[in-house]
Parts: sequence; structure tokens; C-alpha cells
Amino acid sequence: MAKDLLRLSGLTKAYPGVVANDDVSFDIREGEIHALLGENGAGKSTLVKMIYGLVKPDSGSMELRGAPYAPSEPSAARAAGVAMVFQHFSLFDALDVAENVALGMENPPKPRDLARQIREVSETYGLPLDPARTVGTLSAGERQRVEIIRCLLQDPKLLIMDEPTSVLTPQEVEILFETLRKLKAEGTAILYISHKLEEIRALCDHATILRLGKKVATCTPSETTAREMAEMMVGASFASPAPKTTTPGEVLLRVDNLTLPAPGAFGTPLRGISFELRAGEVLGFGGVAGNGQDELLLALSGERKADKGTIWVKGADVSRDGPIARRAVGFLCAPEERLGHAAAPDMSLTENAVMTAGRRQRLVSNGFINWKRAERFAADVISRFDVRTPGTHVAARALSGGNLQKFVIGREVAQDPDVLVVNQPTWGVDAAAAAAIRQALLDLAAKGAAILVISQDLDELMEIADRFGALNEGRLSALKPVAQLNIEEIGLMMGGAHDMEVAHVAE
Amino acid sequence: MIRLEKRPQPSKVWTYTTPILAVLLTMVFGGIMFGLIGTSPFEAIRTIFWDPLFHPQFSGFSRPQLLVKAGPLILIAIGLSIGFRAGIWNIGAEGQYIIGAIVGAGVGLALYPMESALILPLMIVAGALGGWAWAMIPALLKVRFGTNEILVSLMLVYVAENLLASVSSGILRNPEGMGFPGSRNLAQWSSSQNLELIPGTGMHLGVLTAFIAVILAYVLLTRHIQGFNIRLSGEAPRAARFAGVSPARTVLFCLGLAGVLAGMAGLFEVTGPAGQITIDFGSGYGFTAIIVAFLGRLHPVGILLAGLLMALTYIGGELAQLMLGVPGASIQLFQGMLLFFLLGVDVLTNYRVRFGKGEVAA
Repeated sequence: MAKDLLRLSGLTKAYPGVVANDDVSFDIREGEIHALLGENGAGKSTLVKMIYGLVKPDSGSMELRGAPYAPSEPSAARAAGVAMVFQHFSLFDALDVAENVALGMENPPKPRDLARQIREVSETYGLPLDPARTVGTLSAGERQRVEIIRCLLQDPKLLIMDEPTSVLTPQEVEILFETLRKLKAEGTAILYISHKLEEIRALCDHATILRLGKKVATCTPSETTAREMAEMMVGASFASPAPKTTTPGEVLLRVDNLTLPAPGAFGTPLRGISFELRAGEVLGFGGVAGNGQDELLLALSGERKADKGTIWVKGADVSRDGPIARRAVGFLCAPEERLGHAAAPDMSLTENAVMTAGRRQRLVSNGFINWKRAERFAADVISRFDVRTPGTHVAARALSGGNLQKFVIGREVAQDPDVLVVNQPTWGVDAAAAAAIRQALLDLAAKGAAILVISQDLDELMEIADRFGALNEGRLSALKPVAQLNIEEIGLMMGGAHDMEVAHVAE
Repeated sequence: MIRLEKRPQPSKVWTYTTPILAVLLTMVFGGIMFGLIGTSPFEAIRTIFWDPLFHPQFSGFSRPQLLVKAGPLILIAIGLSIGFRAGIWNIGAEGQYIIGAIVGAGVGLALYPMESALILPLMIVAGALGGWAWAMIPALLKVRFGTNEILVSLMLVYVAENLLASVSSGILRNPEGMGFPGSRNLAQWSSSQNLELIPGTGMHLGVLTAFIAVILAYVLLTRHIQGFNIRLSGEAPRAARFAGVSPARTVLFCLGLAGVLAGMAGLFEVTGPAGQITIDFGSGYGFTAIIVAFLGRLHPVGILLAGLLMALTYIGGELAQLMLGVPGASIQLFQGMLLFFLLGVDVLTNYRVRFGKGEVAA
């Protein structure tokens, strides 16, 4: 039996109005992959922040290899052998890989030595990466490797990974899992945070499940079904979306050879995208982040104008129309980024409702806003989509990610669109909220709307889409019915073949 | 240990009480300062805040000055605040104010000595257009070439000042002025004079316009979709684009509006309190209005109060120099303190102050 590496006992951390962690105790053994599972807001991030020295616990203690462990800052945690790969990367696009790695180190070696070390580590652990590449040109998976290598260079005893696969293709996930298994074989413990239950079942030795800040269960993932784990996480059983029965009708959205230059130095150009979307149909676009998803959404929402004759809604050319005119013909969008793009953080939910629903819901007449109607509409969205909030007057930023996402998707769904485009509709959203959002999209399609879902979550697309296509470097693959696809095929559609092979793993 | 803790939402109570707290703090610390330079603190504070309005001897002169000074400050600050709400930083209201006055006065003087009730309205329109056109320069450059409106509008102030010097000794010079620079006195020509509407109050057309602007700005920002779009552009520019707000149109609207109001303020000044175009016509109202806009929290009613307060400290400050012999620098320091505290205590609106070590919420 392996010894305990890190022992957490009674960790408690409270913020004003919310207890993020309440008396959490569990052990991580040497050389195990330990999953930390929980909905958004369950307290996973606070817990790992305490382990990594970013947050001080109010009470409770930690022991690392039998010695008291209370890191006052991340550098103390790193010195003790704890490293962390964050969900959102902190890399500088304009610098190269080696420079980025050096920036994250306490005592970086000379550039030439560092480049050699990076090559060695990337060979050893099967993480193909060229130290001289500029980070701005890397895919999300490659960026993650930069972060991982930065951690591995410090020879950690415990590696914390926060939702590492959310940005990866299936092939990249396999590469990552190989690396993690190899680290485990060498005795490094890994604390693995994820929503994706199948992954945890495939990879992890033990799982600790958090709900509302408390530890509710531990289990051995390989012996537990994904559904059981999900129910422990949510604390109740939730409904999977019902399969659809409608058959596609007339073409509502036609995109014809849509080509747009990249918006900035690190954006992606759109290259000749063409597709048709029919009434009652759900079309799913997969792809690794940064392959044109955001750019496609901007072109479809009207924030960037397209060339004449490239975007047709119900037979009318809307390519040169702005967002307001497109909404007027029933063509609505919901962008990925909730705060700052889909919603204004410091404005109330009522004001955020006016943002996109002003004209369609007649919240504005003769230029004057009818605040009563606006509030009623916002309240309607809140109750229909089960947005947990004290009221319509609350600022958008005060809502949790999942609740705000329900609001911004609900705001568009409630306007009865003919065509709805959503980008990452359930990104960073807990299982129950994600299921509710998917169901709302399916219900809308059942009523005869045409829906395009752009998402990096393949399980999601497989679950709700009728047809599937992948974006790769701004190009759209051929569209295929979901029923006929397997995961390898999807991976190839998404990645092209570029950089997918597992690098030679040293013995 | 004192810690600041971010509030989940800005506090409503503190939004309204911080300005009062700031004025009180200014009185306390300003009083200490006056004490240190050997003036009675109470007398100094009374002279600045009380005497301009209620002194038996001086208030007759200084009371109307309150509205005369506050009027242009409020009118210009309202225009600026709407741009600031949208994140458009027009620093050149002084230039727009000067050009408004020159164009309006020029149109009037072209008709001299005709007598008609239509001349003043025509001059007001011309002044507004003059300010608008001057503001369109940074606006169009920003929209077309992406230039920085802060720099362009600020630089145009110096251009306007030189134009002012040129016309006061050139084409607008009073032919009967014995060669002195400066135009005819517009306040003495019955067709162009902008006199007090109610004698002894300082209330002239410009002050009335400022009050109307406060009301319209309030309606615009709280009820109208254009005001909503302006606020949205300032708070979340990407969300505004997603909503369908055109950034270019917002820039043109906000700079244009600020120019119109500043130009009108200039015109009312030159036909009333100032009376003529002179080299030193530009009195800094356009710059002080920036402070007024921020003191008023970019809120129309706040700007109304801030404009009055600012005008009061100017008049009271002059009175204190005159009556108590305090140095001018001490008055500027006092006004600086007011600004410092107003902006400083604003932290309470968004943050909670906690004493002692971090406590655990139940």
C-alpha cells in the first residue's frame, strides 16, 4: 500500500456570504491519480488554491509526507514540490516557448540549457514541443504542454491539473493521458480536476466528490458508473435530453463561401465556409479552440460584416446587416464569453435583457425603454430557465457562471428565434445546468428553429447534434450525420493530421 | 490591520453619502491647514462656504456669481459626462467653448448694428454649430484613422486659443475700440445681450439651458435606448458591439453633443457675463468641467450639485483671499483637497473596510 503524500484535514474557507470549503478532509497517496469532482461552485478551485498557497485556509491543516504543510504563497508550494497547471493559461503570445517557461521559474537556467531541458522533458514524457516556437502560433493543446513542462522542470511530487482536457482534441487527450500515466509510474501524484466523468473513469485511481463545499463521497472511479458519479456530484438525479423526433424542414440559414481575414495578429481567418441549416435541425461544429470558432460567431452575429451574398437567412441576404437587423429577421446568436461579450458585467439582468431583446420583445418603443416590460421579460427568462438569483436587479457579474450562462442562452431562446447560433453553450457550467441548456436547445429545435452549436465538448455535440462538422484553421470539414461517426473519425476531422502523433516516449 | 474587501455590488448608501463625507473631511483638514498658516479655521471655512451666500455685505454681489459660474460648468460637464460614460475622453471642451463663442459672436457681429429678436437665437445656433464642428475634428479622425481623441481634442484647445488671440486683434476687433484688442461688447447690444432673466440671481439663458440639459441628460441616460447604448459602450465595449451599437456612431454622437453644449456655453458667456471676445476669454471652464463631471459621478444630478459646489469654492476662495488675506495657493490646495477626498472616499462605494484579521463569515 502506498504511503500518503498529502493529507488534508478539516480544511475550511469562508468568503462573505458563502462557505467555499467546509471541513474537507482526504488523502492523496504517492503515485496515484486522484480526481476532484464537483459542480461549479462546489469549492474545487478554492481547495486547490489552498493546496497551492494562493488562499489561506480559515481552519484545518495539511501534512505533506508527514510534515506540517502550510504554504503562504505559490513559490513556497513549488519549493515543497507542489505544482499546478491552470485551466486558463498564463502565457505571453509574443514570446517563445522557452522564454515563457523561464518566466514562470524561480531561478531559470541559461536560455541554452533551458531549451535543452525542455527538449529532454518533452522527449521523456511524450509531449512534442519546440522550445523556439512563438506561443502565439501554438494550439491550445500545445500551450497546455508549455504549462505542463514548466511544472515538470521543477520535479514536482504533486501535480495539480485544473480541467486539463477542456481544450483538447481526443488525440491530444490521449497524449496527455499517456504523459500522466508515465508520471504516475514514476511516483508523482496527480490531483486531477474535471467535469468529464468518462475521463475520470479511464484515468483516475480514486475520486473525491465535493458538493456545496463539503466532501460528500469518495469512490473508485473504475468501479462506479458515470451516472452514479454525476448524481453524487449534483445530489439528485438529472434528466438526459430526450432524443428528437422531428425531421429537418426548409433551409433557414445558408452560408456560402464565407471568407474573412483574421481580426488581429493572433486571430484566425475564415476560409471558404459553406453550410446549410434546416428548420428543426441541430448542427454541431467541433474543433479545438482558436480554429475560427469566435471569428465565425462574430461573422454570423453581424459584429463583423461579411462579403455580400455569403450569409442568407430565409432566402434573404443578411451579409451586410448589423446585429440589430439580423435579430429583426429572427437570426440570434449567443457568444462564448459570458462576461463582457454576451453580458455587461456591471449592468443588471434587466439591463442585460434590453441588450439583445430590446426590439424583438418590444421593450423599446420610439427609442424609449419600457423598464417594466424589460423587467418582466428578464423575470420570465429567470423563471423559465431556472436562473438562481435574488432578482432582476442583480448585476450580471454577481451570478455564478452556470446561472449567467442559463440567463444569456435563455434570453435568446425566449425570443423565439428562427435561427440560433450558440458558441460553447455549456462551457464551465455544472452538469445540471448544462443538461437544462441542452434541453432548451433541443426543445427550440423541436419547435422548428434551426440551431448551430459551436462547442469544444464533443460529448455534448454527439448528444444533441444531428450533423457534425469540425473547424480547423478557419476551414469547415465536410458535414456528417452524427449517427455514423466514431471518435477517431471526429478527431481526424478536427485536427487534420497536424501534430497529432504521440512523440517517441523514452523507455 | 485594515483590509479592503470588494462588495458584491456597489453600495447604494455610500454612493450618496461619500460626497457629503468628502466635504466634511475637506472642512476638517482644510481647517487644520488654515490653522497652521495662522488663520482661524472656522472663519476660513465660513468665508468659503457661507459668506458668498449669506454675508450681509458681500452676498449681494457674490450670490448671483454662483449661478453665473456654475452655469457653464454644468452645461459643459453634462456634455462631457455622456462621452465619459461611453469611454470617449473629450479633454478639449475648452477649445469647443472658445470656438462656439467665436463663431456665435462672429455671426452676430456680421449683422451689427441691425436690431432683431432673431439675432440672439441665430447666434446660439451658430455657437452650438461652432462647438460641434470643433469636436467633429477629433471625432472624425478617431472614426476614420483611429487616432486618440484625448490628444487630438486637447491639442485643439491650443489651436482654439491662438485663433481667439488672432480674431480678437483681427477680424472681430471693435472698429471703435481705439486699436485695443477685443470685440464690440455684445452684452450692450440689445439684439445680442444675454441678460439676467430674474434680476439679482445671476440666472441668464445659459444657466437655464444648463438646467434643461441636466433634465434631458437624465432622461437620456435612464429612459432612452441611445443613453443605454452609451452606458453599454462604456461598461462593456464588446457587449455593445454584440448588441448592435456602432462604435463609430457613438463616438460621433458623444463628441458632437459635448461640442454643441460647450459651444453654447461659450456663446452664452460671450453675450452675457464676459460681454466680448478678448484674448483672455478662455477662462478654463472647459477644463474645470472635467473635474465637475467626475465629482458629480458622471450623473446629471450629481453634476448639477458638483457644479454649484465648485462655483462656491471659487467665489468663496476669492472672498477668503480678499477678506482674510490667505494666499491664493492655499485656496487651490483647499480645492485640491476636496477633489482628493471626493475621489478617495469613493473606494467605500465598491469596497468594505474591515478591521482586524480576516474573520469567517458564518
